[in-house]
Amino acid sequence: MILVLLIVILMAGGILALIGGKWSHSFPRGVALASCTVAFLMMLSLWLGRYKGFNIDADSNWLIEYHKEWIPSFGISFHLAVDGLSLLLLVLTCFIGILAVLCSWEEIRERTGFYYFNLLWILAGVAGVFMAMDLFLFYFFWEVMLIPMYFLIGIWGSENRVYASYKFFIFTQASGLLMFLAILGLYFVHGNNTGFYTFNYFELINTEMPPQTAIWLMMGFMIAFAVKLPVIPFHTWLPDAHGEAPTAGSLILAGLLLKTGAYGMLRFVIPIFPGAAAEIALPAMALGVAGILYGAVMAYSQTDLKRLVAFTSVSHMGFVIVGIFAFNELALQGVVMQLVTHAISTGALFIMAGMIKERLHTRDLGQMGGLWTQMPRMGALGIVFAMASLGLPGLGSFIAEFLILLGTFNAQVWITVIAASGLVLSAVYSLRIVQKIFLGPPRGQLAADLSGREMMIMAALTISIVWLGLFPQPIINTARPAIVQLVQMLEPGNSLQSHQSYVK
Amino acid sequence: MENLLWLIPALPLAGFLILATLAVVGAGKKITALVGAGSICLSALVTLVVGADFLGAAHESGTYSQTLWTWLEVAGLSIKMTLTLDALSLVFIFVITFIGALIHIYSAGFMEEDRDYTRFFASMNLFVFSMLILVLADNLLLMYLGWEGVGLCSYLLIGFWYEKPENGYAARKAFTMTRVGDTAMAIALFMLFYQSGTLVIGEISTAAPGIWTPNSTTVTCIALLLLAGGLGKSAQLPLQTWLPDAMAGPSPVSALIHAATMVTAGVYLIARMHVVFGLSEVAQTVVAVIGAVTLLLAGLTALTQHDIKRVLAYSTISQIGYMFLALGVGAWTAAVFHFMVHAFFKALLFLAAGAIIEALHHEHSMFKMGGLKDKMPVIFWTFMAGAISLAALPLISSGFYSKDQILWYAWGAEGGSPLLWAVALLGAFITAIYTARMVILTFWGEAKTEISHYPGKRMTIPLVVLAFFSVFAGFIELPHNFGHFTLFSDLLHGVMPETALRVDVSSEWIFQLLAAAATLGGIGLAYFYYYKQPQRLENLRQDMVLSALHEFWFSGWGFDKLYNVVFVRPFLAIAKLNKADVIDQLYTGIVAGTDGLYRLVARTQSGSLRWYIMGMVIGAILILGIQMML
Repeated sequence: MILVLLIVILMAGGILALIGGKWSHSFPRGVALASCTVAFLMMLSLWLGRYKGFNIDADSNWLIEYHKEWIPSFGISFHLAVDGLSLLLLVLTCFIGILAVLCSWEEIRERTGFYYFNLLWILAGVAGVFMAMDLFLFYFFWEVMLIPMYFLIGIWGSENRVYASYKFFIFTQASGLLMFLAILGLYFVHGNNTGFYTFNYFELINTEMPPQTAIWLMMGFMIAFAVKLPVIPFHTWLPDAHGEAPTAGSLILAGLLLKTGAYGMLRFVIPIFPGAAAEIALPAMALGVAGILYGAVMAYSQTDLKRLVAFTSVSHMGFVIVGIFAFNELALQGVVMQLVTHAISTGALFIMAGMIKERLHTRDLGQMGGLWTQMPRMGALGIVFAMASLGLPGLGSFIAEFLILLGTFNAQVWITVIAASGLVLSAVYSLRIVQKIFLGPPRGQLAADLSGREMMIMAALTISIVWLGLFPQPIINTARPAIVQLVQMLEPGNSLQSHQSYVK
Repeated sequence: MENLLWLIPALPLAGFLILATLAVVGAGKKITALVGAGSICLSALVTLVVGADFLGAAHESGTYSQTLWTWLEVAGLSIKMTLTLDALSLVFIFVITFIGALIHIYSAGFMEEDRDYTRFFASMNLFVFSMLILVLADNLLLMYLGWEGVGLCSYLLIGFWYEKPENGYAARKAFTMTRVGDTAMAIALFMLFYQSGTLVIGEISTAAPGIWTPNSTTVTCIALLLLAGGLGKSAQLPLQTWLPDAMAGPSPVSALIHAATMVTAGVYLIARMHVVFGLSEVAQTVVAVIGAVTLLLAGLTALTQHDIKRVLAYSTISQIGYMFLALGVGAWTAAVFHFMVHAFFKALLFLAAGAIIEALHHEHSMFKMGGLKDKMPVIFWTFMAGAISLAALPLISSGFYSKDQILWYAWGAEGGSPLLWAVALLGAFITAIYTARMVILTFWGEAKTEISHYPGKRMTIPLVVLAFFSVFAGFIELPHNFGHFTLFSDLLHGVMPETALRVDVSSEWIFQLLAAAATLGGIGLAYFYYYKQPQRLENLRQDMVLSALHEFWFSGWGFDKLYNVVFVRPFLAIAKLNKADVIDQLYTGIVAGTDGLYRLVARTQSGSLRWYIMGMVIGAILILGIQMML
């Protein structure tokens, strides 16, 4: 029930904000903050409450389930369930949600009701995606997060917002359509095999199909997730969407929406099509490595701060796809870690870009420089997150990238070696960010250092990234049952065995 | 008392955290100095207590470990936050905390006028913490944390005066070039993990002989990758070019990070992993050859520099070259001994040079100094103490004992050879020349720049202490034929093997005489050209070949240019060329194509009846025509 409640709180909060926004300018943000905080506390208490229970020996790694028939004649049900992996991402969703509300606090002054409605519904959609165990429902939530995001970019974005929102919408929608076709394909293949037509994930996971069919259906899923992640050459919507979106929009895009792509691969592509996934492992890893290097070089060349950070995301997500297709526990744990730490470190960089824009009214790096003199606090925090971006040990991102590379080394030595060269390039672009914004001669702009609210946001992010870097074990322990099971599925001869694991 | 080990790195960390808070709150310089220097002094005291206790306890395994918490545990990989103390790390933490404390005290005076006093001490404290973690780590991943942490602090402190863009450039250059080495080292870690199933250094060292057959490709590969990490941090060929530029940082930074401690991390790494290196003759030879070539190249470059700090920087590269040479020939303890002695005298030289530069209105060029012998006597005498040690003046300087040992082992150790020895001897000759040149130009002759103010007590006392150690630290290890006092190597032999010799020790005195002759000859040469007959030097400058050579050496053998052409410019060109993202052009192409097609078709909808009728007629004719043809 707590799972349904999570979605209800977020959606109801959104509607309340929409209605309240007609009368009061500041009411919606209060509602939004309240519902995100309640959702966060709920998920946190769920996590802490279950923390002792995450062990692999338990016969089920699913923690909670909620199952109601929805459209029984088509085999569609309202089916939510979470395991450790989902739970981590849900906690992350609520955490980023709170920060998104806080960083919109002063920035958004127009149509606040509708703004916070969209914000909360995106969060609800993301939360739904992380919980849905019915493929139809999954697709439904996939759309729920897309449309409000389109509005968020299109209405509250900067100059080129319309172009960016169209581009975002078309890329995601077109690839989402492919996924929908693949879902239907899977539905019919399974139905033809068994005479039992259903969208239930736990049933579809055991669908037997000829390898050729599996490849085609998997590609439908894969492309949708690859666009979201993004994997090159599908990344080009990202810099535009990130660049034009309001701060909270960029934060949610980088922190959450990209993660749904990775989650989709872990939850659907590998378990449903283990054989086909193994077939494309090498090309997928090659694309991942290409993304690491290409994103890094692109990031270096950008002059727009938000576009620059967007390209660093392309580079970091390259590590994710390399890690996923390395198919071993080390790399997959690294992937989970990367999902969490990237949300925090890149989110922080976007928030910082927003704060700078509020002060200087520009995203152009050429017009910044020497800001340290006036903003030493932001400068220091900027260095922390630039270091997180280049994977400095002691910060969470290092654990993620180290585990991914270590795991991948076992699978593909040369892929790892090339991917590791991305560590040098990440230093090059990260230090350029610091140099261009904070160092060099001061240009005499007037810019106040961080306010109390801003310090609070950045402090939460800084503490998180350091905590993840020094004490990553809670994350690893939580994800372990799900990851171990995933690895077992991939072992040869194991792929078609039953992996049904319902809640006791 | 050994269980206070954790305090040694914890105190600087606490110092850093307090200073970071103070930077936000805003605090007076007195409190900053007290916290900044106090934390390191306390750490040095704890080091004394722990060290004395450790030596007294005489552990059977020769190590003392303290586990703080489990850092990471995934699928067979288990990394603990464990600190390990053995004789090797004891030497290093001693040098780090003691020289660190002296440099911090000096900085309290040196940086007095600086606006960012708190930021300076915060970064310095963070550095000392990272460096201590590096040498106390019991596993390679924790060492990597310290390893990259010192890189960060080096970056922060090279670019400390951030308003000048060239300082920022130097800082980024240092970070990026060392990162190249770090990445190679990370790959070595991966290989080690899959080969040995652990990253704990002690376990690897114990298991190594059982895992790898000597000289197998794998072990050579691992050793060379580790070496690459060391080359980056220790500024050895071919990753040496960042160190001279790193002199953009304040002088205490150069003394602490770029002379005494961080740049010797590569030496530490190889000494720490000596079992792995010992299994590969190829890797050992590479280490020795790189050391020999580097010491010669950097020495010749130091001969030509004008900036006193750059002379010292190249001299540092050259002296670390000696340490690598020693490691390469298997003279492990000799390398560590030279590290310690070098840390004392080079820190001293940098601090003294900093005091001179500050006294002379931030003048760096030695050709604009001169005549300081009588005006700044304390600086002069302490600088001389460092300089004789650097030049290895026979019998009375520490540098003689540590360098003589390396020269002798370059010939006599199992991995040694006459060629390596000859290069090292030539290097000693060059070292003497550039040291004497530096001293003569700075302190003799006529004064060319007015002295603006004199260093205070906080600056001179550390200099005197360091001068004492620069002269006398060498006496804890005396050659076979000369007292044969081996306190230092005895201490280390629990950790590292004794150096195997290929020749008899009886000939050692010949090599000592030759080394002494090289030093004295070098000093004599410099004295002749720079003091006695400077006009002869002018005549030499007229020579085309010599001046071209001078130019080439002055530029550091053209490495910067080479890297610019091969790496930097192509990268910038690609980045600039593809700024608009060529892949996006594909999608814009699709959009433009659709758009064009739409415009084309839209033109037919003109609203003009004639065109519509015409269109219908043409259509009808076409359809009829096609039908007829079929």
